[in-house]
Amino acid sequence: MGKRTFSLGGVHPHDNKISRECRIEPLALAPTVYISVAQHIGAPSVPCVAPGDKVKVGQVIAQPGGFVSAFIHSSVSGTVKSVGPRADLAGRPFTHIEIAVEGDEWMEEIDRTDTLVTEIPADNKAIIEKIRLAGIVGLGGATFPTHVKLSPPPGSKCERVIINGCECEPYLTSDYRVLLEKGEQVVVGAAILKQVMGNVPCTIAIEENKPEAIAHIREVIAKLGYAGIEVMEMKMMYPQGGEKQLIDAVMRRQVGSGALPISVGAVVQNVGTALAVYEAVQKNKPLIDNTITVTGECFPKQANLLVRVGTPLRYIIDSLGGVPEEAVKVISGGPMMGRAVANLDSATLKGTGAILFLTEKQTRRAPETNCIRCGKCADACPMGLEPFLLQKLSRAKDTEALEANAAQDCIECGCCLYSCPAHIPLLDHIRVGKGFVMSAIRARAAAAKAAAEAAKK
Amino acid sequence: MTNTIIWTIAIITVLGVVLALVLYLVAKKFKVEEDPRIDEVEKVMPGANCGGCGFAGCRAFAEAAVKAPNLDNNFCPVGGNDVMAKVAAILGYEVKAKAPQVAVVRCNGTCEARPRVNEYDGFSSCFVKANLYTGDTGCSYGCLGCGDCVGACQFGALSMDPATGLPVVDETKCTACGACVKACPKRVIELRPKGPRGMREYVSCVNKEKGPVAKKACANACIGCGLCAKTCTHEAITVDANLAYIDPAKCKLCRECEAVCPTGAIHGVNFPKPLDKDAVKARINERKKKAAEAKAVETKKED
Amino acid sequence: MLDVVIALVPAVLCSFVFYGWREILVMAVSVGSCLLLEWAITRYMLKKPSTLCDLSAVVTGILLGLNLPYTTPWWVVFIGAVVAIGVAKMTFGGLGQNIWNPALVGRVFLLVSFPTYMTTWSQPQGLFGADAVTGATPLGVINEGLMGGASVKDLMAQHGYDYGQMLFANLGGSAGEVCAVALLLGFVYLCVRKVIKPWITLTIFATVALTALIFWGINPDRFTGPVFNLLTGGLILGACFMATDYVTSPMSLWGGVVFGVGIGFLTMMIRYFGSYPEGVSFAILIMNSFVPLINRAFKQKKFGRK
Repeated sequence: MGKRTFSLGGVHPHDNKISRECRIEPLALAPTVYISVAQHIGAPSVPCVAPGDKVKVGQVIAQPGGFVSAFIHSSVSGTVKSVGPRADLAGRPFTHIEIAVEGDEWMEEIDRTDTLVTEIPADNKAIIEKIRLAGIVGLGGATFPTHVKLSPPPGSKCERVIINGCECEPYLTSDYRVLLEKGEQVVVGAAILKQVMGNVPCTIAIEENKPEAIAHIREVIAKLGYAGIEVMEMKMMYPQGGEKQLIDAVMRRQVGSGALPISVGAVVQNVGTALAVYEAVQKNKPLIDNTITVTGECFPKQANLLVRVGTPLRYIIDSLGGVPEEAVKVISGGPMMGRAVANLDSATLKGTGAILFLTEKQTRRAPETNCIRCGKCADACPMGLEPFLLQKLSRAKDTEALEANAAQDCIECGCCLYSCPAHIPLLDHIRVGKGFVMSAIRARAAAAKAAAEAAKK
Repeated sequence: MTNTIIWTIAIITVLGVVLALVLYLVAKKFKVEEDPRIDEVEKVMPGANCGGCGFAGCRAFAEAAVKAPNLDNNFCPVGGNDVMAKVAAILGYEVKAKAPQVAVVRCNGTCEARPRVNEYDGFSSCFVKANLYTGDTGCSYGCLGCGDCVGACQFGALSMDPATGLPVVDETKCTACGACVKACPKRVIELRPKGPRGMREYVSCVNKEKGPVAKKACANACIGCGLCAKTCTHEAITVDANLAYIDPAKCKLCRECEAVCPTGAIHGVNFPKPLDKDAVKARINERKKKAAEAKAVETKKED
Repeated sequence: MLDVVIALVPAVLCSFVFYGWREILVMAVSVGSCLLLEWAITRYMLKKPSTLCDLSAVVTGILLGLNLPYTTPWWVVFIGAVVAIGVAKMTFGGLGQNIWNPALVGRVFLLVSFPTYMTTWSQPQGLFGADAVTGATPLGVINEGLMGGASVKDLMAQHGYDYGQMLFANLGGSAGEVCAVALLLGFVYLCVRKVIKPWITLTIFATVALTALIFWGINPDRFTGPVFNLLTGGLILGACFMATDYVTSPMSLWGGVVFGVGIGFLTMMIRYFGSYPEGVSFAILIMNSFVPLINRAFKQKKFGRK
């Protein structure tokens, strides 16, 4: 019986998990942190501190800016120096709260001991409120506010909670180390999520290239005695950890275009999010740090670091010896879906998962040649799209045809670009085309809303 | 043998006549009635089908012009005033002559003045680049240099200058159709009036960052110091969000702003003589002195 | 494309061994003129950088050479290359934009324009052989014989056609018609390297075999059998290397199956009922025309949609 995997497409890059043996180490505090107010999907948060204010670790420094938004807490103790625009990793200006670090004083209510708290509070509403107040967002990279995901709209019912421990991106090992070193906390977090969604079955999905993690988590589940939580071993394939693909693999159900996973009864949370949920609910600790893998073949010292949110990238890199000679590209995230860093002075966000160094040979694009209509991109696309067609339509700016060919379903995983023998930058074009379609959809929705309101009057 | 020939000729002749009749009747029955003036207007149009008028081609413009009550909203930038006069004559409308416009590239971030801070290895298109990040220089507002504007121009009026990395507009070919303006994702290109004898002044920068930040990224940036606005005696310059802007309607081409600009961000084109900065500055100081003296006399009078 | 060139090497070597130095000349002229034409058109007419490194011109040259009799004069080969590269490939926009397989277009053009050169087949004499003996291919012989009223069985016996011979090829034919084993080796290599998908080729073989089986079953005197049809003519070359060309074949699995069925069926119809003895080239070209339609009809199934 083959291991479970998703039904369409996918590619099989080498997993390059060269940092898998690196234990998680906390990074020494930087002298200044810059905490962005736009670290999640939804409305940016509104700062509620001013220059000169003294803050402690875990103190609220920004309030949610809307329904889909999140609290932001200070990850250090010190004095607020400024609240103003600062360039992110792509050079775009976003409001950041600059805090000069003084000491490491935490808010009193946070439990900093190591004891495992296995007793889960019974009040689900209180749990969700705690998650909301802790500013927890999806740590798989999408940074969707968790409390919103855990409050499904009326009429939809959750049938399974899936904890995503696949970590299908090459090079990344932070989730793997969390599973090995903080597995118990992760399992308790999974149990909390399971209870909150109505005591539904819970699956912790882990790719087959992490056998130690699979074994360890199975032991932990048996030891802690939780019923209804199982580990499912997944086939090593990219993008196994993509939300829609994982639901397809685990539950054999496909989330429709434009629909949410809850529409097929699934709630997917990353391993890091489960850990954060444990820390928030059982230890009153808000989301103020996360594990980052710093890696790359040309990087002499591999590491998995526990980094406070808002730490400048340059500080992290310099503490480990600086940017290596042969590195020409620094990526925030993995090589498939990560973003190239154009500004090393930018700071980490809640969703930052890795810093990857790539050499010229690894990353220089080969010159583009004509599309030979081989169809390899269509074979590789996990969403069943036709990238060769989408890129042509995107170059022609044909929004209608793009929508008809489902450009909006693209999850930007990069499988098409990876498989193209002609080295065509497929994803670059499809992203642009997706932008056209999303604007058109939004414009239509706005017009429909306006028409509905006008009809009401 | 002759029989065959005669029969062949006869049958083919009859067939020809019958088919011609059918074609004639069909053409008559399915004929679309159109205002004949549309054809007349279309004849005088330049026929470039560039879309600069806002319509899908010259014929669409002709249709719209015939249907419209006046020619206020219909202007062909390629044909210019000549063509519009002809169209007005055909339709019996009046048309005001519009000042001819030209595309202006408001960025002077050359390779020398605006050094690169990273290298872009993606698809060579300004649109794609802008979608990804703010560009390979320290200035997040300026020209991205991939030439989407050059590709958009149907008249061959734009070309990339390899020495500066910026697009150059050929005034003789530019028809002010606006395609390049739409193509530029950073809104660097603007349509401005050509000006008397082609002379015009403009601020060659679109950077809205604070002065020191802008200057660090590009030596030719507008730092928003406001000196130009203070000097201008025609109230043509406004400074908004650290960026100066010259209103072409009010500008009288005195070039004083250009002389006082500390970074050289203000450009004057097609002037017959090169700008003598010292002379202009002296003139400005003279004027200020006179104004101060006049004010002193006034206050003295009031005392 | 390098993989395709490697896969064709056994067949090319076989043809050299069987046909001798004249075949080497034909192949050299074919490949050489394809490369020259592509370079010249790209450099001087399109004013773009040269695309020779993608080796597609080499593949077209080899396939064209394998399709021609070894006695073809060099200038006829050159004209074939002009049509294959110049007309069938570059006028459509170069690599990836052509609708019809360039080598086949060149071959069909030559077939129609220079029928004598193209239908005079010689018995292979080997690399060190003496005089050539002209004659027709097995298919040609059967075709003519049938028109003359003889039955298939008689003709087979008369000419001593043996399946073993056909497989290892010592019969007259174009260089590509001989040595089925060398061609199949190349095909297996391409499948193992995951360069081509095998279903188009297998569907063609299956359809040809099935159609032949049905018709031969009904009237064995009039119609040749499945094994004969599988082994003769340019079927193996066409099915393995021309029908599987990325640019001119459908992209989806079922599209490829429809494509293969069409080719197989048309080949048999032309062979049985048409006046040309060989139908593979025409069948492939006809089905190439349908590929855009097939691609439209057999779209990828999208995730999450019915």
